[in-house]
Amino acid sequence: MPSRTVAIASSVGLHARPAAMFVQAATATGLPVTIAKENGSPVDARSILMVMALGAKNGEVVTLTAEGDGADAALETLVALLSRDLDAE
Amino acid sequence: MPTDGESRTFHGIGVSAGTAVGPLVVVTPAPKPAADEAPTTDAAAASAVVRGVLNDVASGLEGRAATASEHARPILEAGAMMARDPGLAMGIDTQLQAGKGLTNAVSSAVEEYCAMFESLGGYMAERVTDLRDVRDRAVARLLGQPEPGVPTLTVPSILAAHDLAPAETATLSTETCLGIVTAAGGPTSHTAILASQLGIPAVVQAVGILSVPAGTIVAIDGGVGEITVDPSEEEQELLQERKRRRAAALAGGTGHGATKDGYPVALLANIGTAADARKAAAQPVEGVGLFRTEFLFLDRDTMPTVEEQTQTYTEVFQAFGDRRVVVRTLDAGADKPLKFADLGPEENPALGRRGIRLGMIRTDVLDVQLQALAAAYQATGADVRVMAPMIATEGEAIWFAERVRALGLPKVGIMIEVPAAAIRSKGILYHVDFASLGTNDLQQYTMAADRMQGELADLLNPWEPALLDVVALACEGGAAMGKPIGVCGESAGDPGMALVLAGLGVSSLSMAPGKVAAVRTALSLHTLAECQQMAAAARVATTPKAAKAAVLAQADEVLLDLM
Repeated sequence: MPSRTVAIASSVGLHARPAAMFVQAATATGLPVTIAKENGSPVDARSILMVMALGAKNGEVVTLTAEGDGADAALETLVALLSRDLDAE
Repeated sequence: MPTDGESRTFHGIGVSAGTAVGPLVVVTPAPKPAADEAPTTDAAAASAVVRGVLNDVASGLEGRAATASEHARPILEAGAMMARDPGLAMGIDTQLQAGKGLTNAVSSAVEEYCAMFESLGGYMAERVTDLRDVRDRAVARLLGQPEPGVPTLTVPSILAAHDLAPAETATLSTETCLGIVTAAGGPTSHTAILASQLGIPAVVQAVGILSVPAGTIVAIDGGVGEITVDPSEEEQELLQERKRRRAAALAGGTGHGATKDGYPVALLANIGTAADARKAAAQPVEGVGLFRTEFLFLDRDTMPTVEEQTQTYTEVFQAFGDRRVVVRTLDAGADKPLKFADLGPEENPALGRRGIRLGMIRTDVLDVQLQALAAAYQATGADVRVMAPMIATEGEAIWFAERVRALGLPKVGIMIEVPAAAIRSKGILYHVDFASLGTNDLQQYTMAADRMQGELADLLNPWEPALLDVVALACEGGAAMGKPIGVCGESAGDPGMALVLAGLGVSSLSMAPGKVAAVRTALSLHTLAECQQMAAAARVATTPKAAKAAVLAQADEVLLDLM
């Protein structure tokens, strides 16, 4: 299954507005996307509740996975999103 | 309480003047999860049922969002997003697999997330409200009941509820909501404040109103606090007559507030945002008596910068030109915690580190705000007056005044909300230029009665003679020092109380802009000497009811039409 790792660039971590933006983008891919912290279990990246509960902080590395047509391209988009300081935008 | 044999009339506390007749629409209370629910044996089948219901809840909210106002749409959309959240459905599945019944599984899963998010504050704390709303809707559907909350009003109606939460009032419009009646709540409740802002007649504490069947035609009088069920034609005609008389009394007069013999009482607006400021500035008011700056901070994770605050304050000052703007510095803590200046939970937040007490600990937050106010003052040259909330001692007043004056701000004052400040107002006013009485908090602290407790409404009646005595004490100190004292609590917007306050020596009244016209008319009908007599009569009364009656007995009969 395609997967990518990325460090959270948002200064407040994956929280509040940045989390909402990420969940929206994950939902928009139309694929089952998961997100996991290092040594943690993956959770549904399309759930704002679960992504919030994950509590990924600034600088923490997360692993994204996706399955289906265009999974690689979808992951690239999401990695690019998490590499930006969404909170500053 | 029903007062006649046929229980056709109900009495409560009138909190927003005006009259209305229309069918009653009852706001359904949120259902509780079933106590005697059968445990789940087929988790897969139960999961399909719950998912179907969550989908219905989401569709319902999305449907309402499509036609909702710009203000209400994001609230409804956020709810729909929660109902469609896969994490919520998975959380419920876990509960179902553990054997919980349908409604209890929904409730437990939601509470698990709420517990996790509530401590985080800010963005996630708001989501907790959305989550619980989704829970209530889903539980109601699972129980085969109508969804709770305000139903879609198809014809102009009068709304009846136990009490209304902020989210429930978000979708109200003055076109379809003719009036509001609640069984609970008090004069400073959310319902009361919202209704008077929108100019919708409202009565709170109308015990028994929920026993009236939905669809019944009722007439409400938000001034005297009366609800008539199935009003006769004569009764409706009487109400219409009152409405006409009220309109006639309010017509004419947009000038400065003054008594009949010319004693000036400035009529000012309470505002919280730059948008409020633009709206209020278009009204015939003499300025702002209370700019509640914490509205700029409440939903923020980090403190707004000097630049951002300067811009907002400049907009507000510009809107009012050369009219005065009294700014209250950040009043956080207690019921308005700030994410970026939270000192942790307290046993007794209303008696804790709030207002200036928080400002003295987080001087960084206060100083940034004062710098921004100074910059906006420099840029506009406006009539800016800065005051601190919750001052209790001379020491606090001195500390605050030095800080404000050091930045070149022209006028500094204090709020009198703590009885100690009222008792020693003379000493405190020696150090500052003015004071403003926050009568809501002053009453809560004088009576030791929580403002948010509807059940204590009897102790929180603004006509309470003990409160009038405390106000009088504060005014004596002001008179001795030759410093002006204003009022910016709910009392200021009551036309009868305004006469009493003028009689006690208050020189400005700040209120929701919609209330200014009635207060202006009331003042113009009475001399200062008459106001002083009314104030004396109210103070010797033994109960709030007797105090009000004593004032009305001496007042011009037109006053009754204004209330």
